[in-house]
Amino acid sequence: MSEKVLMKGNEALAESAIRAGCRYFFGYPITPQTELAAYMAKRMPKENGVYLQAESEVAAINMVYGAAATGARTMTSSSSPGISLKAEGISYLVGADLPAVIINVQRGGPGLGGIQPSQSDYWQATRAMGHGDSHLVVYAPSTVQEMADYVYHAFDIADKYRTPVMILADGMLGQMMEPVVLPERKTEFIEKPWAACGHDNKRPHNVVNSLYLMADDLERLNIERFERYAEIKATEQRSESFLCDDAEIVVVAFGASARIARTAVKRARENGIKVGLIRPISLWPFPERAIERTMDTAKAYLSVEMNMGQMVDDVRLVVNGRRPVEFFGHTGGVIPTPVEVYIQIENLAEKVGA
Amino acid sequence: MAEKSNILFERPEALLPVQNTYCPGCAHGIVNRLVAEAIDALGIEGKTIGIAPVGCSVTSYNFYACDMIQAAHGRAPAVATGVKRVLPDHVVFSYQGDGDLASIGMAETVHAATRGEKITVIFINNAIYGMTGGQMAPTSLPNQTTQTSPYGRDVTTAGFPIRVCELLSTLDGVAYAERVTVDTPKNVRKAKKAIEKAFTYQIDGVGYSIIEVVATCPTNWGFTPQGAFHWMRDNMLPYYPLGVYKDVKADGYKDIYEAAAARAAECPLVNKEGDR
Repeated sequence: MSEKVLMKGNEALAESAIRAGCRYFFGYPITPQTELAAYMAKRMPKENGVYLQAESEVAAINMVYGAAATGARTMTSSSSPGISLKAEGISYLVGADLPAVIINVQRGGPGLGGIQPSQSDYWQATRAMGHGDSHLVVYAPSTVQEMADYVYHAFDIADKYRTPVMILADGMLGQMMEPVVLPERKTEFIEKPWAACGHDNKRPHNVVNSLYLMADDLERLNIERFERYAEIKATEQRSESFLCDDAEIVVVAFGASARIARTAVKRARENGIKVGLIRPISLWPFPERAIERTMDTAKAYLSVEMNMGQMVDDVRLVVNGRRPVEFFGHTGGVIPTPVEVYIQIENLAEKVGA
Repeated sequence: MAEKSNILFERPEALLPVQNTYCPGCAHGIVNRLVAEAIDALGIEGKTIGIAPVGCSVTSYNFYACDMIQAAHGRAPAVATGVKRVLPDHVVFSYQGDGDLASIGMAETVHAATRGEKITVIFINNAIYGMTGGQMAPTSLPNQTTQTSPYGRDVTTAGFPIRVCELLSTLDGVAYAERVTVDTPKNVRKAKKAIEKAFTYQIDGVGYSIIEVVATCPTNWGFTPQGAFHWMRDNMLPYYPLGVYKDVKADGYKDIYEAAAARAAECPLVNKEGDR
């Protein structure tokens, strides 16, 4: 049976990916995902796998594209500025319907930004990760255990829907140590009859491609892909609801900021404020249904993020003007404190008479 | 009807019976065919994966009968690396033009070569961007007129062309680099031999191999097909001399590892006991 071990978030991501059957890792050094690549460099040779330090993030994501095209489980990891470089390759993965896992251990931006934890790539991950009509599934773990669980799950979702999947973590989750139960090694994988892995003279050639020069063809393929997105939206929303049954104030927070928000929510409950927390785990698809379920009791929403206010857009889209939606956050690597969030909750409760 | 037909010329099996998308007189058609003939000759179609670039040969995934992957502009060597690392017993080739390989994809090109990836790169150098309508390429000659060098390539502002075989031949990962052309039957035969040899080096694990084909672009150069070959012979071949730029086996080594160790014989770390 699996035992509890103490690990860094970045290492848990790496070990769990290996257990999910990932044997091909391509990366380029960047803080604060360093431990992940170092772990892969150490472990992959012992698993008869490949760790390859690419010449750039651009090359790394295209190596992932090649490995994914053969049907292999493959992954790359980086942090914010490096993810921007991978955007081209991610769009091609989407366009060619290739499964792959991309880790973003976020740091502050824009530009070179800083190396402290941040959640300021939310828009990039959920809105505009690459050019064209495209989405990718995005998971935001908030514990080291969830780092392990969701990277494992990400490979299955990637294969099932033939889509890239991103784990949107941050420097805090990547660097922190927590006890974790690692998943069992995966032994059964789905068939990939579309893979370009050599036809062995037994079938017509397979082509992995994202080019469609006829407008009608490209439109049809995009519509088909969006039908798949609709299925993902219907079946793959993930979130945690904490003390939401009678909540008049609903805090929405993901990843590291949800850990802080939870402490503030508990404190506010002790002081008699009816407050709850929705923690989106899937950022795309956004957990619209979980937010909708709070509408009966909610008088106001508060989005808490480590950025200038990005996920708050998605909360407002669901709430659609029916309730006030406010935002509180810090950015640039500054981490909000529970006391700050508590004060926001208290003020908002007073304002809306909760 | 004769009992036995004596077939002198037919379509290679590794080329599908589809119409290609090249302009009349373009050398791509010849080189696509040579690659297919090499695949047939070595009997490797079933275990070959080709990488198509961005450029005039972007749709070559429709022409080859082996499995094919279309890559982002310039990224074919990185994609080929990903494929080869998963399938080390398979044959992987990329087919790239000068803009793709020597401009936007130069980092991927140099690093795949220096890693000694066991891949084969077929490089078409016709000194121009064909697909987008004739812009200056990294290999456009000094004073060559193109859409984006309308007064001729001015080396004081646009710099000098990149000589790919010369550049890559300095890298330890390269097992075989040869520059060929396809303007005459004799040169076509030489090119075919070179391509076959490059695949053989890959199969034998000797190292990275690249065949640069000095080619033409009658459409964007504004010549007839034969006129383009004349211009190529007069101007390109003096700048890009044909020949073998690196061949580690001809140099007497088993593979790139032996050759690289010999080159750095004075370095104790490189030649540490117990290494290869």
